[in-house]
Amino acid sequence: MNFTLLVTAVVTGVAFVAVVTLLAKLIAPRSYNAQKEEAYECGVPTRGRSWMQFRIGYYLLAILFLMFDVETMFLFPWAVVMNTLGPGGLFSVLFFLFILVLGLAYAWRKGALKWQ
Amino acid sequence: MFDFKIVTEWLHGALTGIMPEWAAILTESVLVALAVITLYAVFAIILIYMERKVCAFFQCRLGPNRVGKWGLLQVFCDVFKMLTKEIINLRNTDMFLHNLAPFLVVTASMVTFACLPWNRGAQMIDFNVGLFFILAASSVGVVGILLAGWSSNNKYSLIGAMRSGAQIISYELSIGMTMLTMICLTGTMSIQGIVEQQYAEGWNIFRGHIPAVIAFLIYLIAGNAECNRGPFDLPECESELTAGYHTEYSGMHFGYYYLAEYLNLFICAGIATLVFLGGWAPLHIAGLDGFNNVMDFIPGAVWFIGKTFFVVFLLMWMRWTFPRLRIDQILALEWKYLVPISMLNLVLMALLVAFGLHF
Repeated sequence: MNFTLLVTAVVTGVAFVAVVTLLAKLIAPRSYNAQKEEAYECGVPTRGRSWMQFRIGYYLLAILFLMFDVETMFLFPWAVVMNTLGPGGLFSVLFFLFILVLGLAYAWRKGALKWQ
Repeated sequence: MFDFKIVTEWLHGALTGIMPEWAAILTESVLVALAVITLYAVFAIILIYMERKVCAFFQCRLGPNRVGKWGLLQVFCDVFKMLTKEIINLRNTDMFLHNLAPFLVVTASMVTFACLPWNRGAQMIDFNVGLFFILAASSVGVVGILLAGWSSNNKYSLIGAMRSGAQIISYELSIGMTMLTMICLTGTMSIQGIVEQQYAEGWNIFRGHIPAVIAFLIYLIAGNAECNRGPFDLPECESELTAGYHTEYSGMHFGYYYLAEYLNLFICAGIATLVFLGGWAPLHIAGLDGFNNVMDFIPGAVWFIGKTFFVVFLLMWMRWTFPRLRIDQILALEWKYLVPISMLNLVLMALLVAFGLHF
């Protein structure tokens, strides 16, 4: 039943956007104008495309995020059973967290968090 | 407390009596979908009106007050205006991705919205990994934002989308950490399970005292950043980037982003309510049985919506009080302060639960 409802929610979202867009296309006026199709940047004609190389800082951040997010994902199952796991589980996860913090400290030291 | 399951089970029984099983489930799905869309639209309208009024009063203005009593009809007029505006297709955009992006943003917020518990038994999706699912589903929205910025072929959009992406994925980390902290306390990820536990033993923010309060504060900061709001609204700062990633969207296409933004605010506050403030569980004070019985008479939906709007008000307060940060300040705040603090907080909570120091 839960998965049926999950599919329902997804279909609802998609159908909502599709139906309302259709409605808007039906009732909205339409006109053609060469100026209107320009990118809305600053008034003068746009120079070049914007699909170009981009600042490296964002990619670095994404890689850092990926590392940490995957590691927190491993912690979720532990968090659910931590109370029944006892001291052994607690200590191993503390060790795991220590390694995580080492990773953050390394990135910090290397200047990955600095935005220049 | 009233259990909404009585209604759904009665409906299921009545429907299977007059039609085959699959048709009954189909009808129920359609009913649920209609309910969700209605709630979605109603809450978006309430939140937009509330935001304008709250913002106006924070700045010593009156806010909308011309259309209808106290400007109540203003939002309806705006929705109608948005519907009747042309959806412009620009020449140099990537058409397919440009049209796909609103679907992703709205669907992600709708799926997350469907996970919120409104009352006992009144919840659409209830997995046993509910909280984890909420985190996963809500992070699909960032793909839509990045697509919107990239496909627009506009430098401002691209900068806005990149900033937004960097900010959202960074703050997702501390949201995950705070959730982890609270899961340590509750020992379950099921949403109804978490709320039932708080109904029986008191709200988590009281049960977990110090680490729970720290987690709540971190969650509020990170949640505001996650919704691209407040002091963290630089992906769409009007004065520098026109409108950020949705610069090139017109009419109803822009409306979807607006809608999803406000719904994300509601969802963010709803998750805070469900994890920290007890979801639909009423306020109970141990020992005062008369008071507790009176509180039990107030329906769970009123509790949930009331608490959620309280958190929404806190988030709006933050938004209209602090000045906007720079991108490097935002990232430094997250990576150098919030992540280490929330890791420490997780250890603190683990020790607290291990030694049984919570209530």
